[in-house]
Amino acid sequence: MKVTLRYFAWVRERVGKTDEVIEVPSSIATIGELMDWLAARGDEYAYAFENRKVIRAAIDHVHVRPETLIGTASEIAFFPPMTGG
Amino acid sequence: MTRVTLRIQREPFDAAAEAAAVARGRTDVGAVVSFTGICRGDEAGEPIAALTLEYYPGMAETEIGRHIAEACERWPLIGVTVVHRHGRIMPGEDIVLVVTASSHRRAAFAGAEFLMDYLKTRAPFWKQVEKPGGNTWIAAKTIDDTAAERWRAVREDEAAE
Repeated sequence: MKVTLRYFAWVRERVGKTDEVIEVPSSIATIGELMDWLAARGDEYAYAFENRKVIRAAIDHVHVRPETLIGTASEIAFFPPMTGG
Repeated sequence: MTRVTLRIQREPFDAAAEAAAVARGRTDVGAVVSFTGICRGDEAGEPIAALTLEYYPGMAETEIGRHIAEACERWPLIGVTVVHRHGRIMPGEDIVLVVTASSHRRAAFAGAEFLMDYLKTRAPFWKQVEKPGGNTWIAAKTIDDTAAERWRAVREDEAAE
C-alpha cells in the first residue's frame, strides 16, 4: 500500500525532506510500528525518530496515537508537539 | 446561526476590525471577547530577532474548525473568528486572534479561552525562534497541556451533573 508521509518542524529537518511516498510493508499495522520501521531506514531517520515518545502523528489530518492502526490511510504526518497560538 | 470566520494567513490582521465585524448589523450580541497573541522580543530570557511559524496546511484548518464547532456546541456563541498567521513574524507583531461573541459575557470569555488553550496544544503549528546564536524550535510547555486538559475535566464534570 502506498502512503504519502509528511514531516514538519524538526522532524522534517532531521529527515531532510518535507514529504515522500512509501510502500508500507504488509507486516506493519500501527503508527508505532511504522515509526520503528522508518527509524531503521538510515541515520537521518534514526535521528528524527530517536525519541519516539515525543513525536506526534496524524492520519489524513486527524491526530492519532502510536497504537492506532494505519488502515487505509493516504497521508501520514509526523511532527513534534505543537507550539501554535 | 453562528457567524464563523477562520483564516490562516501570512499577512498581518486588524484585530479591532475583526472584532467589530463579528457584531456588525446584529442586535443579539451583548458581549465580544477579543484575544490577540503577540510576538515577544525575548524567549527564555534571551532576545530574539524573529519567530517563524510553520504549519500543516489542510490539517490546521480541519483541526481549528473542529474546535470552533466544539466551542459552539458548549457555549451559546453567536460569532467566532480565528485568524492564525504563519511565516516570519517580528517582535511586536500579532500572531493569532480569537474573537468570540455571545449574548452574555461568560460564554464569550469561556469560548475564547477554550479556543486559545486548544490552539496552543492541538493546532498543527510550530514556532522557531531566530536568535543571535542560531535558530531553535520552541519546546511545548507542560503548562499549556495542563490548560487544555482542564477543559476535558470540566466537560466530564458537566456530563456527570
